Amino acid sequence: MNEPQQAKRVLIKGGTLLDPKRRSAEQVDIVIENGRIATIGRIEEASFSGDVVDARGHVVCPGLLDLHVHLREPGQEDKETIATGCQAAMAGGFTAVCSMPNTDPPADNRSVIEFIRERAAGRLVTVYPIAAITKGRQGEEISEMADLVEAGAVAFSDDGSSVKNTAVLRRALEYSSMFDVPVIEHCEDPYLDEGGVMNEGFVATELGLPGMPRIAEEIIVQRDLSVLGYVGGRLHIAHVSTRGSVELIRRAKEKGLAVTAEVTPHHLALTDEEMRRFDSNFKMNPPLRTAEDVQALIEGLRDGTIDAIASDHAPHCVHEKDELELEYAPFGVIGLETTLGVVLRVLVQEHSFPLAEVLDKLSYQPARIIRKEETLTIREGAQANLTVFAPEERWRVDANRFFSKGRNTPFRDWELPGRVRAVFNNGLWWRREA
Amino acid sequence: MGTETMRAKVKALLIDEKGLDRTITRLAHEILERNKGTQDLVFVGIRTRGAPLAQRIVDKIREIEGVAVPLGTLDITLYRDDFRRRLKQPKVQRTDIPFSIDDKNVILVDDVLYTGRTTRAALDALMDFGRPARIQLAVLVDRGHRELPIRADFVGKNIPTSIGEEVQVHLKEVDGEDCVLLVEAPEEGR
Amino acid sequence: MSLSSRHLLGLQGVPREDIQLILDTAQTFKEVLQRPIPKVPTLRGKTVVNLFFEPSTRTRISFELAEKRLSADTVNFTASSSSVLKGETLRDTARNIEAMKVDIVVIRHSAAGAPHFLSRHVRANVINAGDGRHEHPTQALLDMMTLREKFGTLEGLRVAIVGDIANSRVARSNLYGLRTMGAEVALCGPRTLIPAEAELWGVPIFYDVDQAIAWADVLNVLRIQRERQARGYFPSLREYHMRWGITRKRLEKAGKPIVIMHPGPINRGIELDSDLADSEFSVILDQVTNGVAVRMAVLYLLSGETSVD
Repeated sequence: MNEPQQAKRVLIKGGTLLDPKRRSAEQVDIVIENGRIATIGRIEEASFSGDVVDARGHVVCPGLLDLHVHLREPGQEDKETIATGCQAAMAGGFTAVCSMPNTDPPADNRSVIEFIRERAAGRLVTVYPIAAITKGRQGEEISEMADLVEAGAVAFSDDGSSVKNTAVLRRALEYSSMFDVPVIEHCEDPYLDEGGVMNEGFVATELGLPGMPRIAEEIIVQRDLSVLGYVGGRLHIAHVSTRGSVELIRRAKEKGLAVTAEVTPHHLALTDEEMRRFDSNFKMNPPLRTAEDVQALIEGLRDGTIDAIASDHAPHCVHEKDELELEYAPFGVIGLETTLGVVLRVLVQEHSFPLAEVLDKLSYQPARIIRKEETLTIREGAQANLTVFAPEERWRVDANRFFSKGRNTPFRDWELPGRVRAVFNNGLWWRREA
Repeated sequence: MGTETMRAKVKALLIDEKGLDRTITRLAHEILERNKGTQDLVFVGIRTRGAPLAQRIVDKIREIEGVAVPLGTLDITLYRDDFRRRLKQPKVQRTDIPFSIDDKNVILVDDVLYTGRTTRAALDALMDFGRPARIQLAVLVDRGHRELPIRADFVGKNIPTSIGEEVQVHLKEVDGEDCVLLVEAPEEGR
Repeated sequence: MSLSSRHLLGLQGVPREDIQLILDTAQTFKEVLQRPIPKVPTLRGKTVVNLFFEPSTRTRISFELAEKRLSADTVNFTASSSSVLKGETLRDTARNIEAMKVDIVVIRHSAAGAPHFLSRHVRANVINAGDGRHEHPTQALLDMMTLREKFGTLEGLRVAIVGDIANSRVARSNLYGLRTMGAEVALCGPRTLIPAEAELWGVPIFYDVDQAIAWADVLNVLRIQRERQARGYFPSLREYHMRWGITRKRLEKAGKPIVIMHPGPINRGIELDSDLADSEFSVILDQVTNGVAVRMAVLYLLSGETSVD
């Protein structure tokens, strides 16, 4: 792939600037000088010297931010590295990603957080590390949260599993509340889901695949909300997948609890019917649910119950995912390079969401959760953190052409709208080669 | 053979209904004569049309000798030699030989003797049922063009044909009429 | 005459005509098995590999016998552990099969969908000999053949499947196949072993085995895995036998003819009383004989399509 360049002098010509913050759309030219937005207005191309991005018909928006990404480094560099993960993010229109701490060793101490930040330094894509809630992700003792926040952790999560011990979760919420940092919970009762492969229901019953009941998620959502209501702090529910979870979060928000939630593109686009193919590329945790759940997730996004869209990008090697029996393959699918396209197709095209609202859930809303909204400001003098994409341009998903090392996409051969043309961040810019 | 070849152009009527009955009567007499009666004699008809033909010969013998000789039916599908060349499997039909053929004098009956491949398959199949004292072949029509060293012991009628022709035996039990026709073989051949 | 698919992966969605053809063909093969030389040259030159990733004596022997009766060359590959543990993926296995130019693959695997996976990666015809908890189509076909022999038709026949429905591939294949053929099916077992939303199958579900017996013409009694008890699906084998074990007393109480089937191997005295298995109620040995005939029929009918690429 072509590498990002210094954004010395670049003109984005004729694009539609869509800033969800202002809910406005206007056709403008933008000049970027030395990584900063120099001018927003009308610039004649003839009088401009520098690189020009012909953005007519394109959308220019704040750089997208993904709250939930498994970069796999350190420890599982065969699946993904910080370098390849950042390239995949860039190609998918993301200028910032939050890295999940289930690495090897896990990000439960300062040195791992520093390692991640060092590896990510100087890249176009900003990596915000999430640290483990508990030491070794064992669910027993809380990690050194103050030190981790100081080292740059933006949130805490034991993603991959819930904090089993309710008392530990309580301490984590209490302790982290001192730093205004959210606890991100992967909500799953491990006993109810033990041995499970897919959503428990009629499809699983027909296929003879062990089920993962919706209540396994909802019981933990309910528990966590109860604890949150009792001790305060900030709770973020990762990858909400059931109608029951949406309802619980909606009610908690009505009561004024400091809870936020995210949903993945695959849970919005797919149902457990996909499992009939016995293809491990549809195996993820939480599993694909039913059409009824998908409907509830979409409604939850529409009414603001669900704040953000996050990819839960989880790369695996081909030999351990595609080439294995469904029951033995690991959970997880990649998503950085398909998220924008899938949500444009599902939410904008099929469910008539305003484009600005969808972009809001991919930028300001996730940024708000980790307190990074200011990085998205679009005005003259601000750092250029922008994504330029062609909303109408259609492309076919070809896993072999991903920048990610992962090939485990459930959207193989899908035709998606929305092609990312260029991204700007951290003084750099990258343009997709034609 | 079968319905798809029925549409082929008829070139000649080789044997009519009466002629067919006479031919069968003659075959029955020849078989009795050469085997000196019905001692140890058993009949096996090859599906599809060899089976009713064998039945008719056995009926004739009962008329002549007053003896019911044992009769069996053989399906040779599983013994065919064109297995690797076919895309779809023909339906396997029942083989029914409700007696031992060990040390018996087996008269194998078929409608048309052509390449000899069906007879070869039938011989192999019969061998899996036991060890007969002797096997003789009776056919209604021998049209030549053998591809294997096989000959019939009893022939209803010898009919020299060209490769582009086909002999169709129609029997009431299967086709609703009794006759033997010479037709032009369809393009795809046999 | 041929099947509508190149593979036999399961009975769900298999058209009635296909099942009919397999059962009819199996009946003629049953005659072959009774010949002095119970062997035909039909699959001479064809290579069949029996891939058994899960221990199974009966099914493997039955397939092997069927292959030999058809004169196929057979190769057995048995691995007690899954491919994962061996460090070779199922995809690697598929590559090897391709390289060895095998015509037909018979696969038994502990993971549901393994035969489907294989069928996507090899040119050979794939026959599912049992995949996880999903399907075991040849077992259901031999069950149907046995019942058709016994009752003349499957139309309207009432078959209750008794036992661990949730974890049984035999139950699923029987359910799909029997209903396609016009039989009625009911499920019976402890609530913990009836899978979620099973009511959407639209069949009667009995937790009381006597009700199931009263309803049924046939009981297909499943083997109960001792491991289920260990994992807490029911309190004890003793209680299982008391509530769901099929006993002579229960059958006599029903006061009507009833046929007992079992896919084997039987846990005598747990799901089925020891003497019942060998009694006038039982068709269990017919099932075993028919198993070979059904498998010959499937091998024969699928093999004709091998040369289509």
